[in-house]
Amino acid sequence: MCADRLENVNPKLFQKCFERDITPEEEDDNIVDEFDSREIFDLIRSINDPEHPLTLEELNVVEQKLVEVNNENNEVRIHFTPTIPHCSMATLIGLSIRVKLLRSLPARFKVLVEITPGTHQSEAAVNKQLADKERVAAALENKNLIGVINQCISV
Amino acid sequence: MKVLYVCPVEMAASGRLDLVDSLTGHRGRVWNVSWNPTGTVFASCGEDKTVRLWTKSSGQRTWMNKTVLTDGHQRTIREVAWSPCGNYLASASFDATTAIWDRKSGEFECNATLEGHENEVKSVCWAKSGNLLATCSRDKSVWVWETSEDDEYECAAVINAHSQDVKKVIWHPHDDILASSSYDNTIKLFREDISDNDWINCGTLASHESTVWGIAFDKTGTRLASCSDDKTVKIWQQYLPGNPEGVVTQSNEPTWKCVCTLSGYHSRVVYDIAWCHQTDLIATACGDDAIRVFKETPSSHKNQPEFELICTVHRAHTQDVNSVAWNPKEAGLLASAGDDSRVNLWQFKEETIIF
Repeated sequence: MCADRLENVNPKLFQKCFERDITPEEEDDNIVDEFDSREIFDLIRSINDPEHPLTLEELNVVEQKLVEVNNENNEVRIHFTPTIPHCSMATLIGLSIRVKLLRSLPARFKVLVEITPGTHQSEAAVNKQLADKERVAAALENKNLIGVINQCISV
Repeated sequence: MKVLYVCPVEMAASGRLDLVDSLTGHRGRVWNVSWNPTGTVFASCGEDKTVRLWTKSSGQRTWMNKTVLTDGHQRTIREVAWSPCGNYLASASFDATTAIWDRKSGEFECNATLEGHENEVKSVCWAKSGNLLATCSRDKSVWVWETSEDDEYECAAVINAHSQDVKKVIWHPHDDILASSSYDNTIKLFREDISDNDWINCGTLASHESTVWGIAFDKTGTRLASCSDDKTVKIWQQYLPGNPEGVVTQSNEPTWKCVCTLSGYHSRVVYDIAWCHQTDLIATACGDDAIRVFKETPSSHKNQPEFELICTVHRAHTQDVNSVAWNPKEAGLLASAGDDSRVNLWQFKEETIIF
């Protein structure tokens, strides 16, 4: 898993966004509030990059504007942007996002994690693999792999 | 011009699936359900690494979990299959092995483990003759195993025909013909070459645009149904060499042609398909939590068949439906398994609507 040298030696850094403003309505237990894209983004922004001691947010791999939530249809769709188009960590990053949401969101949600169109040379292959729940399930039973993923998603 | 008035009475086939039972016991995702040949017992398996056997006591309405088979596998059990005699069970696991369970002692016990695949075994199936077993894996290979009378299992062939993960293997209902479906978007057919005992690829069915998750033969074995990540179901018709329709065949092998594509019905991946050999109904298990039933229309033609959706159960499970299986003896009894850790039983009833 570990490369001898970093693939992207000097990644560009991005500003972290501000903390979410908590509204009085959100603190009122009598009001049902649905999942929104900021809430989902907050779950994945702090995932660590497998290569750098930086978060996916700081590397701009995930962005709030690339998170879509449809509460009615129980759908969550996330696009992530690898820092370089030949990044070999793309599948691992996608898996980390999937696992994080699998463990955080109610089971009713169908989560789709895909590469932002045009940002990776193996986009279709990585997307197909990430969408195959059987492969994802098998990957999560692989001790080495789940160890690496747990490191990525530990806060 | 003469105006034709058409009688406004039309008949439409329709049906419904009534929930008979919703069974709990498994922990986590249930991947597969499989009826024994007499339809009196069914097996289920999943993420919790167990195989559960369910039966109905005489005179009772509910299905009970009578046996739990544990300790056979280290990882998820993806599929279970019964031998044609009903005395053996095979379970395929992500731990790269296939376990063979028999009930010579009265209870099912694991008495053989088939090793050889490099990684996850995805599917296992016994041939009608009972002497052959097929398995497939993410390692892209399909293995054919020969069984002898003293319960020895010997690898008869390792077939490397697919270019990707092989998801499913099934045998022809009468002949020793094997079909497999794959992440490489194709379905392949294999038979033994009598001249050198080698298993050869005797057909490739290409038309799906993504992973083919499930395949099922009809009772005659001249048709095959397939379901895919591309959200469609396809029906394939066999054409023998010298067929009157003039469909081209090569090297004296039958050609399988896609004669019908059912698209627009499923909103997500179709994980499994079951073709009932008693009623000819087709059931599908879908990632949109629904079970659907299709029926061939009375005016359907062999070379251009038409199927209609006659029943949809939305939220048949509260998460993805992974498996559907028609009872082989009791017409219309359907078992399903889902990510919601449940096994559900359904009874199909046909209704004719006149409007």
